[in-house]
Amino acid sequence: MEDEMVLVRVSRAMSLKRGAGCLLGLVALSLTSLTSATNSPVRDTASNVVIVGMDRLSADLYRHIVGDVFGPTVSADDGRFEPGIRIDGLLAVGASTVSVTETGFERYEAIAREVAGQVVDAKHRDTLVPCRPQTANQPDDACAAAFFSKAGLLLCGRPFKPSTIQQWTQAASESTRVSKDFYSGLSAGLAGILLSPEFLYRPEVAEPDPKQPGQYRLDGYSKAWRLSRFLWNTVPDARLLHAAASGELHTSKGLAAQVDRMLASPKLEGGVRAFFSDMLQFDQFAELEKDSARYPEFNALAVRDVQEQTLRTLVDHLVTQDKDYRDIFTTTKTFLSPTLGVLYRLPVDDRKPNGSADDWVSYEVPQDDPRAAGILAQAGFVGLHSPPTRSSPTIRGKAVREILLCENVPAPPANVNFSVVQDTSNPLYKTTRERLTAHRSSAICAGCHRLVDPIGLALENFDTVGRYRNNENSAPIDASGELDGMKFDGARGLGKALHDDPATVSCVVNRALAYATMRKARKDSDALEQLKKGFAASGYRIPDLFRGVALSDALFRIADSSAIGKIADTSATKQ
Amino acid sequence: MLHGMLNGTAIAVGLPLLDCFLSANGTALADGSPIPVRFGTWFQGLGFNPGFWEPVDVGARYQMRPFLQPLASFRDKINIFSGLQAFLDGQPNEVHSSGPAVVLGGSALTPGQALPPSLDTLVADSIGTRSRFRSLEVNCAGSQESLSRRSATARNPAEFSPIALYKRIFGADFRDPNAADFTPDPKVMVRRSVLSAIGEQRQDLLKQVGAVDKARLDDYFTGLRGLEQQLELEMQKPPPLKACTVPAASTVADEKTSDHLIVDDVIQNHKLFAQLLAHALACDQTRVFNVVLSAGASGLTRPGEANNFHVFTHEEGVDPKLGYQPNVGWFMDRVVEALRDMLVALDGIREGDGTLLDHSLLLYNTDVAYARYHTIDNIPIMTVGSGAGRIKTGIHIQAKNEAISRVGLTIQQVMGSQISSWGTGTNRATKPFSEIVV
Repeated sequence: MEDEMVLVRVSRAMSLKRGAGCLLGLVALSLTSLTSATNSPVRDTASNVVIVGMDRLSADLYRHIVGDVFGPTVSADDGRFEPGIRIDGLLAVGASTVSVTETGFERYEAIAREVAGQVVDAKHRDTLVPCRPQTANQPDDACAAAFFSKAGLLLCGRPFKPSTIQQWTQAASESTRVSKDFYSGLSAGLAGILLSPEFLYRPEVAEPDPKQPGQYRLDGYSKAWRLSRFLWNTVPDARLLHAAASGELHTSKGLAAQVDRMLASPKLEGGVRAFFSDMLQFDQFAELEKDSARYPEFNALAVRDVQEQTLRTLVDHLVTQDKDYRDIFTTTKTFLSPTLGVLYRLPVDDRKPNGSADDWVSYEVPQDDPRAAGILAQAGFVGLHSPPTRSSPTIRGKAVREILLCENVPAPPANVNFSVVQDTSNPLYKTTRERLTAHRSSAICAGCHRLVDPIGLALENFDTVGRYRNNENSAPIDASGELDGMKFDGARGLGKALHDDPATVSCVVNRALAYATMRKARKDSDALEQLKKGFAASGYRIPDLFRGVALSDALFRIADSSAIGKIADTSATKQ
Repeated sequence: MLHGMLNGTAIAVGLPLLDCFLSANGTALADGSPIPVRFGTWFQGLGFNPGFWEPVDVGARYQMRPFLQPLASFRDKINIFSGLQAFLDGQPNEVHSSGPAVVLGGSALTPGQALPPSLDTLVADSIGTRSRFRSLEVNCAGSQESLSRRSATARNPAEFSPIALYKRIFGADFRDPNAADFTPDPKVMVRRSVLSAIGEQRQDLLKQVGAVDKARLDDYFTGLRGLEQQLELEMQKPPPLKACTVPAASTVADEKTSDHLIVDDVIQNHKLFAQLLAHALACDQTRVFNVVLSAGASGLTRPGEANNFHVFTHEEGVDPKLGYQPNVGWFMDRVVEALRDMLVALDGIREGDGTLLDHSLLLYNTDVAYARYHTIDNIPIMTVGSGAGRIKTGIHIQAKNEAISRVGLTIQQVMGSQISSWGTGTNRATKPFSEIVV
C-alpha cells in the first residue's frame, strides 16, 4: 500500500517536473525516454526470480559509472578502493568471487558520501536533481523519490522496487530533519544507493525461461548490464534499458540491433581500453616500483603515460583503423607524449600553442628498427614486467606466456640452490643472459627456465623502464630468442613469432569470453571454437570478436538450472 | 598532563583526577573493566639466517644470540620458538606462500582449496569486537597487501600511507576519550540510519542467492555491521583512558613516498606506523593490528643497487668466515631493528601497572626458514608481551619437528577462544604450549 503511494507521488513529481531539469549525461537521456521503465510496475521478486551471480564493481568501473551518470565534473577519482583478485588472468573473473571486507566497506562508504556530496552541491544540484524542493530546509518526499528512482535505475541498471524508492526517500527525509537541509538529506540517500549491494555487487537476476519450461534465463536488465559492461565499460544507456524492459534483448533480432548499435558507438573505445587494461594487467602499475635514483624519468607522469601509450596504440589499431589483432606485436605506429620522449630519449615535438604536457603525437617507428615490435617494445609491457632495478628475461618471458598466450608457467620449485647465479658484479657473468645461462645449468631449474627465458631474452634490448639499449655492463647485448622451437632475433623477431602463433589468437578469444561473462571460459566450450572461427573469418578484427562474444549463447548462459531451481524453491518457501 | 590538539597545534591540557581513572591495583579501569588485551602480527618475509637466531639454551633466561641483540633489552618479554615446521601434506611448496598459509591459517596451501580465515581475524572475533576498528592493517612498503583475511575472497587491504592512517584513526571522526565535553555529531546519526536502511535489505537478498554468494553477502554485511559499530561508538561519550594521548598531525609529516621499497624509507614509515598504532591501541580505537614490513619475496632495496633483499637471498654466495650471505645479513639486521622500533613504541606507553606492550601479544612471523632455498622447516617465530598476563614470557621453547600451528592454537586459546584444536592435516594442532600458558 505504501509502495503504491510512493509510486503515485513519483509519477506526480515526474509529470510536474519533467523538463525542468537539464541533466548531464545519461541522466538527460533518461528523462525523456525512461519514464515508462522507471514507473512501470516492477515484478515482485517473490515470484521465483533468483540471483545467479554477483560481480563486485572494480575501481575502474565505479569511476566510469559515476562519470557517465553524473557527468565528468563529479568524480570518484580520489577514492581508495580495495583491490580486486585476479583469477585466470583477469580481474573481471575475480570480480565474480571477491567479497567486500570491513576495511573495504569503510572505504566504499567514504567514497559514496564524497560522490553524493558532489552530486547535490550548489554547482551540480540544478542540473542533476530533476526537481526543486518546496522548501530548502524541509523534506520533500516527491522530489526525493523522483531523484532516487532515476538515479537508482541508472546506477544499478534496473528499476528500483517501489519499496526501495520509499526506503531511500525515508532515509533522506530523516536526514533532512536532522540537518535541516533537503540536499544533505538527498545526499545521504544517494550515498546509501552507492553503498548498497545492488550497486556494488551488481546482482544478476535469473527468471524462468518461458521458452524452455523448467529452465532459467538472465532477465533483460542483467543481459543489458553484461553487454554494457563488456562493450562500454559502463552502465546501460537509456536505449539499452528500454530494450531490457521491453523484452527485446530476449530476441535474436533485438539483441543484434543493440549490439551493432553499441559497437558503432564511440563508447566502444572505453570497452576496448578496459578489456586490454585487464588482460595486460595494468592494475599492477599502481604498485610498480622503479629505483628513482637510477631512473628519475620514470615518475608518476610516466607511469600514467606508458599505460596511455599502449592503450592509444591498441585503440588506434584495433578500433579506429579496425586492423588485424595479430599486428599489435608488429605495428610500427604508436603515440608519444613529451614525458615519454624523455623516458625513451626520443625527440617529441611538444611545441604546442598551449604548452600542455598532455599532448600526444603519433610516432612511426622505422620498419627496420629493432623497436618495430608493437606493444612489446613499449614500457607498458617491458617496463611493467621488470623488477625495480634491472630487466628480467624470466619475468618477461613468463608474462608473454601467461598474458599473451594464456599458458601457465609453474612457480619455481622449492629448496632450489640459486647460488649458481652470482651477483651482477661477477666479472664472469656480465650480462643477464650469461647469468641465466649459468642458472639453467642446474637441471632442476632448466625445465621451466627453458620455457620462459629464451622469450624474455629477445627483449633484452629494453632496460627495466623500457628504454632501448645496445649494451649491458659494457658488454653487447645478444637479443636472440626462441619460442617453441622458432628461433629469432630481438623484439621484432618475437613480435613476428607471436603474430604467427595460433595460441596468440586463441588466447585473446578465451580472454574476451571470460572477460564478458566474468567467468572462467570452459576449455571444451564449443562457443570458443565458433568464436575463433568467426575471428579468423573477420581477419582477426577485435570489434568482430566482441560482436561474436556479445551474440554468443555463452554470454548469457547461467549455471546449471536445477541448482537455480533449488534456490528459487527455497526462496519461495521463505517468503 | 594530557596532550591534545587544537587546530593542528599540539597543546597540553592539565586534567585533574586522572589518577581516578585506574582502580587501586592498577590493572583495571576505574569503572572496573579490566585493561583490554591487544593482539598484533608483525610480518617480514625471508626469515632469519638458520643457526643464528635460535638461543642455544632452552627455557627461561635464555641467552639472546648476537643477531637478535637489538632486542636484548626486551628479552624478558620475548618468547622464541625454534624447530617448528609448516607441513606441506603432499602439496607443492608455493614459495613464500606455503609458510604463512600454515603459520596464520593452520593449513597447508592446497591448490583449488579456499584459504581459511587468518589467525588475527579469529582473535579479533574474541577480543576486537568492542573497539572502533575490529583491526587495523598496515604495509610499510607501498602495497595494499596484508596477510589478514576473513576468507579467501575477503582479504583485508592494508594502509600504506601513515598520513592516511592518521586521518582514518585521529581525523574528524575521532572522539577523544579524555575530552572534557562531548557533543554527538548529528552527521554520524545520519550515516548510521543510511546503514540501517541497507541492513534492512539483508534478509530479502539472502533469500535469493546460492551458498557461495550468500557467503559473500555475509562478508558485505559483516563490513556494514563493523561500520555501524564504529558510528555507534562515535555517538557515545567514550570512557576516559589515561594512557590515551592524541598524536599531533605533524608526527606523520615525515612520511616517505618516493621509492616504496628503499629500506630506510620503509623503516621510517614503519616507525610512524608503530607510533600511530601504539596511540590507537592506547586510545582503544582497535585491539588488533597487522603489520607487514614488506612482502614475502621482499623487494627491500638500497638506493642505486641492482639487487634487492630477495635477489640477494638466492644469488649471493655464503661468506665462509661469517657463515651466511653478507648482504642478506645486512637486510636482516635492519629487519630486527625495525621490530625493535615496534616494541619501543608499544613499551613507551604506560598503562596501569605496566606498558602497552605488557598488555599486548605480538606475533613475529615470516614466510621461510632459509630464504636461499625456500625451506619451511624451523621457520622463526616469536611472541612479545604477555597479553596482559595471559602467558609467561622470556622463554625459549624448542619443539623440534612440531607443527608451527601450535603457536596459533596457543594464542587463540589464551585470547579467549574455546577451540581445542586448530588447523588441518598434519598441521592440525591439538596441544597448546602449556608451559607458557598462565
